[in-house]
Amino acid sequence: MNWANSEAFWAMGGYGLYVWGSFGVVAIGLVAEVLMARRASLQIWRNLRDEVSDNQAP
Amino acid sequence: MNKVALRSAPPAPSMGQTLWALLTRDLKVAARRQSDLATVVFFFGVVAALFPLAIGPEMGTLRLIGPGILWVAALLAAMLSMGRLFSADYADGSLEQLLLSATPLPFLVAAKIAAHWLLSGLPLVILSPLLALQFDLPGEAMKILMLTLLVGTLSLSLVGAVGAALTLGLRSSELLLSLLVLPLYIPTLVFGAGAVQAEMSGLGAQGHVSLLMAVLMLALFLCPWAAAAALKIALE
Amino acid sequence: MVLPWFQYAAPQRFYGLAGRLYPFCFVLAALLGAVGLYMGFFVAPTDAQQGEAYRIIFIHVPASWMSMVIYCAMAFWSALGLGFKTRISGLMAQALAPTGALFCFLSLWTGALWGKPMWGTWWVWDARLTSELILLFLYAGYMALTRAIDDPQRRDQAGALVALVGVINVPIIYFSVKWWNTLHQGSSVSMTQAPSMAHTMLWAMLGVTLACWAYAVGMALYRVRGLILQREHDTGWVQALAQSQAKSLNQENPAESGAGA
Repeated sequence: MNWANSEAFWAMGGYGLYVWGSFGVVAIGLVAEVLMARRASLQIWRNLRDEVSDNQAP
Repeated sequence: MNKVALRSAPPAPSMGQTLWALLTRDLKVAARRQSDLATVVFFFGVVAALFPLAIGPEMGTLRLIGPGILWVAALLAAMLSMGRLFSADYADGSLEQLLLSATPLPFLVAAKIAAHWLLSGLPLVILSPLLALQFDLPGEAMKILMLTLLVGTLSLSLVGAVGAALTLGLRSSELLLSLLVLPLYIPTLVFGAGAVQAEMSGLGAQGHVSLLMAVLMLALFLCPWAAAAALKIALE
Repeated sequence: MVLPWFQYAAPQRFYGLAGRLYPFCFVLAALLGAVGLYMGFFVAPTDAQQGEAYRIIFIHVPASWMSMVIYCAMAFWSALGLGFKTRISGLMAQALAPTGALFCFLSLWTGALWGKPMWGTWWVWDARLTSELILLFLYAGYMALTRAIDDPQRRDQAGALVALVGVINVPIIYFSVKWWNTLHQGSSVSMTQAPSMAHTMLWAMLGVTLACWAYAVGMALYRVRGLILQREHDTGWVQALAQSQAKSLNQENPAESGAGA
Protein backbone atom coordinates (compact mmCIF):
# COMPACT_ATOMS: atom_id res chain seq x y z
CA MET A 1 0.00 0.00 0.00
CA ASN A 2 1.29 3.41 -0.95
CA TRP A 3 -1.12 5.67 0.86
CA ALA A 4 -1.26 6.41 4.56
CA ASN A 5 -4.88 7.53 4.38
CA SER A 6 -7.49 8.59 1.84
CA GLU A 7 -6.48 12.27 2.04
CA ALA A 8 -3.01 11.36 0.86
CA PHE A 9 -4.54 9.41 -2.03
CA TRP A 10 -6.61 12.34 -3.26
CA ALA A 11 -3.78 14.82 -2.71
CA MET A 12 -1.27 12.78 -4.75
CA GLY A 13 1.68 14.47 -3.10
CA GLY A 14 0.43 17.91 -4.05
CA TYR A 15 -0.22 16.99 -7.68
CA GLY A 16 -3.82 16.00 -7.13
CA LEU A 17 -5.15 18.60 -9.55
CA TYR A 18 -3.05 17.27 -12.41
CA VAL A 19 -3.46 13.56 -11.74
CA TRP A 20 -7.19 13.67 -11.14
CA GLY A 21 -7.63 16.28 -13.85
CA SER A 22 -6.16 13.73 -16.22
CA PHE A 23 -7.97 10.61 -15.06
CA GLY A 24 -11.17 12.57 -14.55
CA VAL A 25 -11.25 13.83 -18.12
CA VAL A 26 -10.46 10.31 -19.36
CA ALA A 27 -13.40 8.95 -17.40
CA ILE A 28 -15.69 11.70 -18.68
CA GLY A 29 -14.51 11.07 -22.24
CA LEU A 30 -15.13 7.33 -22.08
CA VAL A 31 -18.55 7.72 -20.50
CA ALA A 32 -19.48 10.41 -23.03
CA GLU A 33 -18.40 8.20 -25.92
CA VAL A 34 -20.41 5.24 -24.68
CA LEU A 35 -23.51 7.38 -24.13
CA MET A 36 -23.22 9.01 -27.54
CA ALA A 37 -22.78 5.65 -29.25
CA ARG A 38 -25.79 4.28 -27.41
CA ARG A 39 -27.87 7.30 -28.41
CA ALA A 40 -26.84 6.87 -32.06
CA SER A 41 -27.78 3.21 -31.91
CA LEU A 42 -31.22 3.98 -30.46
CA GLN A 43 -31.78 6.55 -33.19
CA ILE A 44 -30.91 3.99 -35.86
CA TRP A 45 -33.37 1.50 -34.40
CA ARG A 46 -36.05 4.17 -34.23
CA ASN A 47 -35.51 5.03 -37.89
CA LEU A 48 -35.67 1.35 -38.82
CA ARG A 49 -38.93 0.79 -36.99
CA ASP A 50 -40.44 3.86 -38.63
CA GLU A 51 -39.34 2.61 -42.01
CA VAL A 52 -40.84 -0.82 -41.37
CA SER A 53 -44.15 0.61 -40.20
CA ASP A 54 -44.19 2.93 -43.23
CA ASN A 55 -43.75 -0.10 -45.47
CA GLN A 56 -46.60 -1.91 -43.77
CA ALA A 57 -49.10 0.93 -43.66
CA PRO A 58 -51.10 1.21 -46.87
CA MET B 1 -26.11 12.19 -106.39
CA ASN B 2 -22.91 13.50 -104.92
CA LYS B 3 -20.37 10.89 -104.11
CA VAL B 4 -18.63 11.60 -100.87
CA ALA B 5 -15.06 10.52 -101.07
CA LEU B 6 -14.37 8.11 -98.27
CA ARG B 7 -11.55 9.22 -96.11
CA SER B 8 -10.01 7.62 -93.10
CA ALA B 9 -10.52 9.51 -89.87
CA PRO B 10 -7.90 12.14 -89.10
CA PRO B 11 -5.11 10.77 -86.91
CA ALA B 12 -5.91 10.95 -83.20
CA PRO B 13 -3.88 13.59 -81.37
CA SER B 14 -0.83 12.33 -79.54
CA MET B 15 -0.87 12.34 -75.76
CA GLY B 16 1.46 15.33 -75.71
CA GLN B 17 -0.87 17.28 -77.96
CA THR B 18 -3.86 16.37 -75.80
CA LEU B 19 -2.16 17.49 -72.62
CA TRP B 20 -0.94 20.71 -74.19
CA ALA B 21 -4.44 21.42 -75.48
CA LEU B 22 -5.88 20.86 -71.99
CA LEU B 23 -3.31 23.10 -70.39
CA THR B 24 -3.80 25.97 -72.83
CA ARG B 25 -7.53 25.61 -72.62
CA ASP B 26 -7.44 25.91 -68.82
CA LEU B 27 -5.22 28.98 -69.10
CA LYS B 28 -7.55 30.59 -71.64
CA VAL B 29 -10.59 29.93 -69.46
CA ALA B 30 -8.84 31.40 -66.45
CA ALA B 31 -7.69 34.40 -68.46
CA ARG B 32 -11.32 35.42 -68.85
CA ARG B 33 -11.75 35.38 -65.11
CA GLN B 34 -8.82 37.41 -63.90
CA SER B 35 -10.32 37.74 -60.47
CA ASP B 36 -8.91 34.35 -59.45
CA LEU B 37 -5.34 35.40 -60.08
CA ALA B 38 -5.97 38.74 -58.41
CA THR B 39 -7.45 37.02 -55.35
CA VAL B 40 -4.38 34.85 -54.83
CA VAL B 41 -1.95 37.71 -55.20
CA PHE B 42 -4.03 40.04 -53.07
CA PHE B 43 -4.41 37.50 -50.27
CA PHE B 44 -0.69 36.80 -50.19
CA GLY B 45 0.16 40.48 -50.04
CA VAL B 46 -2.46 41.37 -47.46
CA VAL B 47 -1.60 38.58 -45.02
CA ALA B 48 2.09 39.42 -45.25
CA ALA B 49 1.31 43.09 -44.63
CA LEU B 50 -1.01 42.46 -41.70
CA PHE B 51 1.58 40.75 -39.55
CA PRO B 52 3.91 43.74 -39.10
CA LEU B 53 0.83 45.78 -38.22
CA ALA B 54 -0.05 43.27 -35.56
CA ILE B 55 3.44 42.59 -34.24
CA GLY B 56 5.12 45.98 -34.44
CA PRO B 57 7.57 47.60 -36.83
CA GLU B 58 10.77 46.54 -35.07
CA MET B 59 12.93 45.32 -37.94
CA GLY B 60 14.92 42.84 -35.91
CA THR B 61 11.79 40.92 -34.94
CA LEU B 62 10.35 41.09 -38.42
CA ARG B 63 13.53 39.78 -40.00
CA LEU B 64 13.44 36.88 -37.57
CA ILE B 65 9.87 35.83 -38.23
CA GLY B 66 9.67 37.01 -41.84
CA PRO B 67 10.46 33.67 -43.52
CA GLY B 68 7.80 31.91 -41.48
CA ILE B 69 5.16 34.55 -42.10
CA LEU B 70 5.82 34.71 -45.82
CA TRP B 71 5.67 30.95 -46.12
CA VAL B 72 2.44 30.67 -44.13
CA ALA B 73 0.86 33.44 -46.20
CA ALA B 74 1.86 31.66 -49.41
CA LEU B 75 0.57 28.35 -48.09
CA LEU B 76 -2.80 29.83 -47.14
CA ALA B 77 -3.13 31.58 -50.49
CA ALA B 78 -2.35 28.31 -52.29
CA MET B 79 -4.72 26.33 -50.08
CA LEU B 80 -7.62 28.69 -50.65
CA SER B 81 -7.22 28.52 -54.42
CA MET B 82 -7.27 24.69 -54.55
CA GLY B 83 -11.05 24.48 -54.54
CA ARG B 84 -11.14 25.98 -58.01
CA LEU B 85 -9.08 23.24 -59.61
CA PHE B 86 -11.94 20.96 -60.57
CA SER B 87 -15.09 22.78 -59.53
CA ALA B 88 -15.72 24.74 -62.74
CA ASP B 89 -15.28 21.69 -64.96
CA TYR B 90 -17.39 19.62 -62.58
CA ALA B 91 -20.20 22.15 -62.77
CA ASP B 92 -20.41 22.25 -66.55
CA GLY B 93 -19.87 18.53 -67.15
CA SER B 94 -16.51 18.70 -68.91
CA LEU B 95 -14.88 16.81 -66.05
CA GLU B 96 -16.92 13.72 -66.86
CA GLN B 97 -15.79 14.05 -70.46
CA LEU B 98 -12.20 14.03 -69.28
CA LEU B 99 -12.83 10.75 -67.49
CA LEU B 100 -14.00 9.21 -70.76
CA SER B 101 -10.91 10.31 -72.64
CA ALA B 102 -8.45 7.79 -74.06
CA THR B 103 -5.59 9.60 -72.39
CA PRO B 104 -4.83 8.16 -68.94
CA LEU B 105 -6.51 10.27 -66.28
CA PRO B 106 -3.41 10.87 -64.11
CA PHE B 107 -1.75 12.68 -67.02
CA LEU B 108 -4.83 14.82 -67.63
CA VAL B 109 -4.93 15.66 -63.93
CA ALA B 110 -1.24 16.61 -64.06
CA ALA B 111 -1.94 18.98 -66.95
CA LYS B 112 -4.75 20.63 -65.01
CA ILE B 113 -2.53 20.95 -61.96
CA ALA B 114 0.17 22.55 -64.10
CA ALA B 115 -2.27 25.13 -65.43
CA HIS B 116 -3.58 25.81 -61.94
CA TRP B 117 -0.07 26.23 -60.57
CA LEU B 118 0.88 28.70 -63.30
CA LEU B 119 -2.01 30.86 -62.14
CA SER B 120 -1.89 30.42 -58.38
CA GLY B 121 1.60 29.20 -57.44
CA LEU B 122 3.92 31.01 -59.82
CA PRO B 123 2.46 34.46 -59.01
CA LEU B 124 3.38 33.86 -55.36
CA VAL B 125 6.97 33.12 -56.35
CA ILE B 126 7.13 36.28 -58.44
CA LEU B 127 5.60 38.49 -55.75
CA SER B 128 7.70 37.10 -52.90
CA PRO B 129 10.84 39.25 -53.31
CA LEU B 130 8.73 42.38 -53.03
CA LEU B 131 7.17 41.18 -49.80
CA ALA B 132 10.52 39.94 -48.53
CA LEU B 133 11.74 43.54 -48.71
CA GLN B 134 9.06 44.48 -46.22
CA PHE B 135 10.68 42.10 -43.77
CA ASP B 136 14.20 43.26 -44.56
CA LEU B 137 15.38 39.82 -45.62
CA PRO B 138 18.92 39.77 -47.02
CA GLY B 139 19.45 39.06 -50.71
CA GLU B 140 20.60 35.46 -50.31
CA ALA B 141 17.60 34.67 -48.14
CA MET B 142 15.33 36.20 -50.77
CA LYS B 143 16.77 33.89 -53.39
CA ILE B 144 16.25 30.87 -51.17
CA LEU B 145 12.72 32.05 -50.47
CA MET B 146 11.94 32.20 -54.16
CA LEU B 147 13.50 28.79 -54.75
CA THR B 148 11.64 27.14 -51.89
CA LEU B 149 8.37 28.75 -52.96
CA LEU B 150 8.94 27.58 -56.53
CA VAL B 151 9.45 23.98 -55.44
CA GLY B 152 7.04 24.16 -52.54
CA THR B 153 4.03 25.65 -54.32
CA LEU B 154 4.32 22.86 -56.89
CA SER B 155 4.08 20.31 -54.07
CA LEU B 156 1.18 22.22 -52.55
CA SER B 157 -0.70 22.23 -55.85
CA LEU B 158 -0.09 18.51 -56.35
CA VAL B 159 -1.16 17.53 -52.85
CA GLY B 160 -4.06 19.99 -52.88
CA ALA B 161 -5.38 18.38 -56.05
CA VAL B 162 -6.01 15.14 -54.14
CA GLY B 163 -8.03 17.05 -51.56
CA ALA B 164 -9.91 18.96 -54.26
CA ALA B 165 -10.84 15.71 -56.01
CA LEU B 166 -11.99 14.06 -52.78
CA THR B 167 -14.25 16.96 -51.76
CA LEU B 168 -15.75 17.54 -55.20
CA GLY B 169 -19.34 18.72 -54.99
CA LEU B 170 -19.71 18.28 -51.24
CA ARG B 171 -21.28 20.86 -48.99
CA SER B 172 -18.78 23.08 -47.17
CA SER B 173 -16.11 21.62 -49.44
CA GLU B 174 -13.74 24.56 -48.91
CA LEU B 175 -13.50 23.88 -45.21
CA LEU B 176 -13.24 20.13 -45.73
CA LEU B 177 -10.50 20.59 -48.29
CA SER B 178 -8.48 22.77 -45.94
CA LEU B 179 -8.90 20.30 -43.08
CA LEU B 180 -7.85 17.33 -45.22
CA VAL B 181 -4.92 19.01 -46.87
CA LEU B 182 -3.38 20.92 -43.95
CA PRO B 183 -1.60 17.93 -42.32
CA LEU B 184 -0.23 17.01 -45.71
CA TYR B 185 1.14 20.54 -46.17
CA ILE B 186 3.13 20.57 -42.96
CA PRO B 187 6.37 18.89 -44.14
CA THR B 188 6.54 21.32 -47.07
CA LEU B 189 6.04 24.25 -44.71
CA VAL B 190 8.65 23.01 -42.25
CA PHE B 191 11.29 22.46 -44.92
CA GLY B 192 10.43 25.59 -46.92
CA ALA B 193 10.45 28.12 -44.13
CA GLY B 194 13.27 26.24 -42.42
CA ALA B 195 15.45 26.57 -45.50
CA VAL B 196 15.20 30.36 -45.50
CA GLN B 197 15.89 30.52 -41.78
CA ALA B 198 18.83 28.19 -42.14
CA GLU B 199 20.23 30.44 -44.86
CA MET B 200 19.82 33.49 -42.65
CA SER B 201 21.47 31.87 -39.66
CA GLY B 202 24.46 30.79 -41.71
CA LEU B 203 23.78 27.06 -41.57
CA GLY B 204 23.12 26.77 -45.29
CA ALA B 205 19.86 25.72 -46.86
CA GLN B 206 21.04 22.68 -48.83
CA GLY B 207 19.60 20.12 -46.46
CA HIS B 208 16.16 21.70 -46.35
CA VAL B 209 16.05 22.32 -50.09
CA SER B 210 17.02 18.70 -50.79
CA LEU B 211 14.21 17.48 -48.56
CA LEU B 212 11.82 19.89 -50.24
CA MET B 213 12.83 18.41 -53.60
CA ALA B 214 12.31 14.92 -52.23
CA VAL B 215 8.79 15.85 -51.14
CA LEU B 216 8.15 17.25 -54.63
CA MET B 217 9.38 14.04 -56.27
CA LEU B 218 7.11 11.98 -54.06
CA ALA B 219 4.17 14.26 -54.79
CA LEU B 220 4.89 14.23 -58.51
CA PHE B 221 4.72 10.44 -58.64
CA LEU B 222 1.87 9.83 -56.23
CA CYS B 223 -0.53 12.76 -56.40
CA PRO B 224 -1.74 12.71 -60.02
CA TRP B 225 -2.51 9.03 -59.61
CA ALA B 226 -4.23 9.54 -56.23
CA ALA B 227 -6.19 12.55 -57.50
CA ALA B 228 -7.33 10.55 -60.54
CA ALA B 229 -8.52 7.75 -58.24
CA ALA B 230 -10.35 10.29 -56.10
CA LEU B 231 -12.01 11.81 -59.19
CA LYS B 232 -13.28 8.39 -60.25
CA ILE B 233 -14.62 7.83 -56.73
CA ALA B 234 -16.37 11.20 -56.79
CA LEU B 235 -17.88 10.85 -60.23
CA GLU B 236 -19.04 7.24 -60.27
CA MET C 1 -7.31 -21.86 -44.04
CA VAL C 2 -8.25 -18.27 -44.66
CA LEU C 3 -11.35 -19.06 -46.68
CA PRO C 4 -13.79 -19.74 -43.79
CA TRP C 5 -13.11 -16.21 -42.55
CA PHE C 6 -14.45 -14.70 -45.76
CA GLN C 7 -17.97 -15.62 -44.74
CA TYR C 8 -17.79 -12.76 -42.27
CA ALA C 9 -17.48 -10.31 -45.14
CA ALA C 10 -21.25 -10.76 -45.42
CA PRO C 11 -22.84 -7.98 -43.38
CA GLN C 12 -25.38 -10.25 -41.74
CA ARG C 13 -22.72 -12.67 -40.51
CA PHE C 14 -20.47 -9.88 -39.30
CA TYR C 15 -23.40 -8.28 -37.48
CA GLY C 16 -23.92 -11.50 -35.56
CA LEU C 17 -20.23 -11.98 -34.83
CA ALA C 18 -19.82 -8.41 -33.62
CA GLY C 19 -22.87 -8.80 -31.42
CA ARG C 20 -21.40 -11.84 -29.73
CA LEU C 21 -17.94 -10.35 -29.30
CA TYR C 22 -18.41 -6.84 -28.04
CA PRO C 23 -19.76 -7.66 -24.58
CA PHE C 24 -16.68 -9.81 -23.95
CA CYS C 25 -14.48 -6.93 -25.04
CA PHE C 26 -16.05 -4.53 -22.59
CA VAL C 27 -15.83 -7.02 -19.73
CA LEU C 28 -12.18 -7.67 -20.58
CA ALA C 29 -11.53 -3.94 -20.71
CA ALA C 30 -13.08 -3.42 -17.30
CA LEU C 31 -11.11 -6.25 -15.72
CA LEU C 32 -7.78 -5.31 -17.26
CA GLY C 33 -8.40 -1.67 -16.46
CA ALA C 34 -9.16 -2.42 -12.85
CA VAL C 35 -6.04 -4.55 -12.47
CA GLY C 36 -3.84 -2.05 -14.29
CA LEU C 37 -5.08 0.96 -12.35
CA TYR C 38 -4.87 -0.88 -9.05
CA MET C 39 -1.26 -1.74 -9.74
CA GLY C 40 -0.61 1.80 -10.92
CA PHE C 41 -1.98 3.49 -7.84
CA PHE C 42 -1.48 1.00 -5.06
CA VAL C 43 1.47 -1.18 -5.98
CA ALA C 44 3.80 0.93 -8.11
CA PRO C 45 6.09 3.00 -5.90
CA THR C 46 6.48 6.76 -5.90
CA ASP C 47 8.97 8.02 -8.45
CA ALA C 48 12.15 9.49 -7.01
CA GLN C 49 12.27 12.48 -9.38
CA GLN C 50 8.68 13.11 -10.33
CA GLY C 51 6.79 12.28 -7.18
CA GLU C 52 3.19 11.25 -7.57
CA ALA C 53 2.54 13.22 -10.75
CA TYR C 54 4.22 10.53 -12.84
CA ARG C 55 1.17 8.33 -12.35
CA ILE C 56 -0.45 10.17 -15.23
CA ILE C 57 1.79 8.02 -17.39
CA PHE C 58 -0.53 5.08 -16.74
CA ILE C 59 -3.17 6.67 -18.94
CA HIS C 60 -1.08 9.00 -21.10
CA VAL C 61 1.08 6.35 -22.74
CA PRO C 62 -1.78 3.91 -23.40
CA ALA C 63 -3.87 6.72 -24.91
CA SER C 64 -1.01 7.75 -27.21
CA TRP C 65 -0.33 4.20 -28.33
CA MET C 66 -4.00 3.53 -28.96
CA SER C 67 -4.42 6.70 -31.00
CA MET C 68 -1.71 5.44 -33.34
CA VAL C 69 -2.72 1.77 -33.33
CA ILE C 70 -6.32 2.66 -34.14
CA TYR C 71 -5.24 4.86 -37.04
CA CYS C 72 -3.17 1.99 -38.42
CA ALA C 73 -6.17 -0.30 -37.99
CA MET C 74 -8.29 2.18 -39.96
CA ALA C 75 -5.68 2.16 -42.70
CA PHE C 76 -5.68 -1.65 -42.68
CA TRP C 77 -9.48 -1.86 -43.07
CA SER C 78 -9.30 0.86 -45.73
CA ALA C 79 -6.77 -1.10 -47.76
CA LEU C 80 -8.89 -4.23 -47.36
CA GLY C 81 -11.96 -2.37 -48.52
CA LEU C 82 -10.30 -0.89 -51.59
CA GLY C 83 -8.73 -4.23 -52.45
CA PHE C 84 -11.67 -6.59 -51.91
CA LYS C 85 -14.48 -4.05 -52.35
CA THR C 86 -16.12 -5.33 -49.15
CA ARG C 87 -18.63 -3.02 -47.48
CA ILE C 88 -17.74 -4.19 -43.98
CA SER C 89 -14.18 -2.89 -44.31
CA GLY C 90 -15.29 0.66 -44.92
CA LEU C 91 -17.77 0.45 -42.05
CA MET C 92 -15.11 -0.88 -39.65
CA ALA C 93 -12.80 2.01 -40.50
CA GLN C 94 -15.62 4.47 -39.87
CA ALA C 95 -16.53 2.72 -36.62
CA LEU C 96 -12.96 2.96 -35.32
CA ALA C 97 -12.40 6.64 -36.04
CA PRO C 98 -14.27 8.30 -33.13
CA THR C 99 -12.54 6.15 -30.52
CA GLY C 100 -9.17 6.88 -32.10
CA ALA C 101 -9.87 10.59 -32.10
CA LEU C 102 -10.91 10.43 -28.44
CA PHE C 103 -7.68 8.70 -27.43
CA CYS C 104 -5.71 11.22 -29.47
CA PHE C 105 -7.35 14.11 -27.63
CA LEU C 106 -6.87 12.37 -24.26
CA SER C 107 -3.21 11.84 -25.08
CA LEU C 108 -2.76 15.56 -25.69
CA TRP C 109 -4.79 16.52 -22.61
CA THR C 110 -3.04 14.17 -20.18
CA GLY C 111 0.31 15.07 -21.72
CA ALA C 112 -0.29 18.74 -21.01
CA LEU C 113 -1.35 18.03 -17.44
CA TRP C 114 1.77 15.94 -16.97
CA GLY C 115 4.03 18.55 -18.51
CA LYS C 116 2.91 21.48 -16.41
CA PRO C 117 3.99 20.20 -12.98
CA MET C 118 7.03 18.37 -14.32
CA TRP C 119 8.55 20.72 -16.83
CA GLY C 120 6.70 23.94 -16.04
CA THR C 121 4.92 24.20 -19.35
CA TRP C 122 1.56 23.03 -20.69
CA TRP C 123 2.90 22.52 -24.19
CA VAL C 124 6.16 21.99 -25.96
CA TRP C 125 6.72 21.74 -29.70
CA ASP C 126 8.69 18.53 -29.68
CA ALA C 127 8.33 15.93 -32.41
CA ARG C 128 5.96 13.61 -30.60
CA LEU C 129 3.52 16.18 -29.26
CA THR C 130 3.41 18.05 -32.56
CA SER C 131 2.87 14.83 -34.51
CA GLU C 132 0.10 13.83 -32.08
CA LEU C 133 -1.58 17.18 -32.66
CA ILE C 134 -1.41 16.68 -36.42
CA LEU C 135 -2.81 13.16 -35.95
CA LEU C 136 -5.84 14.79 -34.33
CA PHE C 137 -6.27 16.88 -37.48
CA LEU C 138 -6.04 13.72 -39.58
CA TYR C 139 -8.79 12.09 -37.52
CA ALA C 140 -10.91 15.24 -37.75
CA GLY C 141 -10.44 15.37 -41.51
CA TYR C 142 -11.43 11.72 -41.95
CA MET C 143 -14.52 12.08 -39.77
CA ALA C 144 -15.58 15.35 -41.42
CA LEU C 145 -15.23 13.90 -44.91
CA THR C 146 -17.11 10.67 -44.19
CA ARG C 147 -19.94 12.59 -42.57
CA ALA C 148 -20.19 14.99 -45.52
CA ILE C 149 -20.72 12.31 -48.17
CA ASP C 150 -24.21 10.88 -48.56
CA ASP C 151 -23.54 8.17 -51.13
CA PRO C 152 -22.34 5.11 -49.14
CA GLN C 153 -19.95 3.76 -51.77
CA ARG C 154 -18.33 7.12 -52.30
CA ARG C 155 -18.08 7.55 -48.53
CA ASP C 156 -16.31 4.21 -48.09
CA GLN C 157 -13.86 4.77 -50.93
CA ALA C 158 -13.09 8.44 -50.24
CA GLY C 159 -12.60 7.69 -46.54
CA ALA C 160 -10.34 4.79 -47.40
CA LEU C 161 -8.21 6.99 -49.65
CA VAL C 162 -7.89 9.65 -46.97
CA ALA C 163 -6.93 7.09 -44.31
CA LEU C 164 -4.28 5.52 -46.54
CA VAL C 165 -2.79 8.87 -47.61
CA GLY C 166 -2.77 9.86 -43.95
CA VAL C 167 -0.95 6.74 -42.82
CA ILE C 168 1.79 7.39 -45.36
CA ASN C 169 1.92 10.95 -44.14
CA VAL C 170 2.36 10.21 -40.44
CA PRO C 171 5.99 9.03 -40.59
CA ILE C 172 6.83 11.87 -42.99
CA ILE C 173 5.36 14.39 -40.57
CA TYR C 174 7.13 12.83 -37.62
CA PHE C 175 10.45 12.91 -39.43
CA SER C 176 10.05 16.48 -40.64
CA VAL C 177 9.07 17.75 -37.19
CA LYS C 178 11.98 15.88 -35.60
CA TRP C 179 14.32 17.47 -38.15
CA TRP C 180 12.79 20.87 -37.48
CA ASN C 181 13.23 20.38 -33.76
CA THR C 182 16.85 19.28 -33.74
CA LEU C 183 17.92 22.01 -36.15
CA HIS C 184 16.29 24.74 -34.13
CA GLN C 185 18.10 23.60 -31.00
CA GLY C 186 14.91 24.35 -29.19
CA SER C 187 13.82 22.56 -26.10
CA SER C 188 16.26 20.08 -24.70
CA VAL C 189 13.21 19.23 -22.72
CA SER C 190 11.36 16.25 -24.03
CA MET C 191 8.00 15.61 -22.56
CA THR C 192 8.44 11.95 -23.30
CA GLN C 193 11.01 11.48 -20.59
CA ALA C 194 9.50 8.65 -18.62
CA PRO C 195 10.75 7.75 -15.19
CA SER C 196 12.99 4.69 -15.19
CA MET C 197 10.53 1.87 -15.17
CA ALA C 198 10.18 -0.33 -12.15
CA HIS C 199 8.60 -3.67 -13.06
CA THR C 200 5.36 -2.83 -11.35
CA MET C 201 5.10 0.42 -13.31
CA LEU C 202 5.60 -1.44 -16.57
CA TRP C 203 3.00 -4.05 -15.77
CA ALA C 204 0.49 -1.43 -14.72
CA MET C 205 0.99 0.47 -17.96
CA LEU C 206 0.65 -2.72 -19.98
CA GLY C 207 -2.54 -3.63 -18.18
CA VAL C 208 -4.12 -0.25 -18.90
CA THR C 209 -2.95 -0.40 -22.53
CA LEU C 210 -4.59 -3.79 -23.07
CA ALA C 211 -7.70 -2.47 -21.36
CA CYS C 212 -7.82 0.49 -23.78
CA TRP C 213 -7.30 -1.87 -26.70
CA ALA C 214 -10.16 -4.13 -25.60
CA TYR C 215 -12.36 -1.08 -25.08
CA ALA C 216 -11.54 0.26 -28.54
CA VAL C 217 -12.34 -3.09 -30.18
CA GLY C 218 -15.58 -3.38 -28.22
CA MET C 219 -16.59 0.17 -29.09
CA ALA C 220 -15.83 -0.36 -32.77
CA LEU C 221 -17.82 -3.61 -32.91
CA TYR C 222 -20.76 -1.97 -31.14
CA ARG C 223 -20.69 0.98 -33.52
CA VAL C 224 -20.29 -1.10 -36.65
CA ARG C 225 -23.50 -2.97 -35.86
CA GLY C 226 -25.41 0.29 -36.07
CA LEU C 227 -23.60 1.22 -39.29
CA ILE C 228 -24.44 -2.17 -40.80
CA LEU C 229 -28.13 -1.74 -39.96
CA GLN C 230 -28.11 1.70 -41.59
CA ARG C 231 -26.29 0.53 -44.67
CA GLU C 232 -28.35 -2.64 -45.14
CA HIS C 233 -31.63 -1.11 -44.03
CA ASP C 234 -33.53 -2.26 -47.10
CA THR C 235 -32.46 -5.88 -46.98
CA GLY C 236 -34.73 -8.69 -45.86
CA TRP C 237 -32.88 -9.66 -42.71
CA VAL C 238 -32.75 -6.10 -41.35
CA GLN C 239 -36.42 -5.51 -42.11
CA ALA C 240 -37.29 -8.76 -40.36
CA LEU C 241 -35.15 -7.76 -37.38
CA ALA C 242 -36.84 -4.38 -37.17
CA GLN C 243 -40.27 -5.92 -37.46
CA SER C 244 -39.67 -8.39 -34.66
CA GLN C 245 -38.28 -5.62 -32.49
CA ALA C 246 -41.28 -3.41 -33.21
CA LYS C 247 -43.58 -6.31 -32.45
CA SER C 248 -41.96 -7.04 -29.11
CA LEU C 249 -42.17 -3.35 -28.22
CA ASN C 250 -45.88 -3.33 -29.10
CA GLN C 251 -46.39 -6.36 -26.90
CA GLU C 252 -44.74 -4.54 -24.00
CA ASN C 253 -46.80 -1.40 -24.53
CA PRO C 254 -50.15 -2.33 -26.05
CA ALA C 255 -51.49 1.16 -25.32
CA GLU C 256 -48.97 2.70 -27.71
CA SER C 257 -49.72 0.55 -30.71
CA GLY C 258 -52.32 2.96 -32.07
CA ALA C 259 -50.31 3.37 -35.25
CA GLY C 260 -51.12 -0.18 -36.41
CA ALA C 261 -53.16 -0.69 -39.57
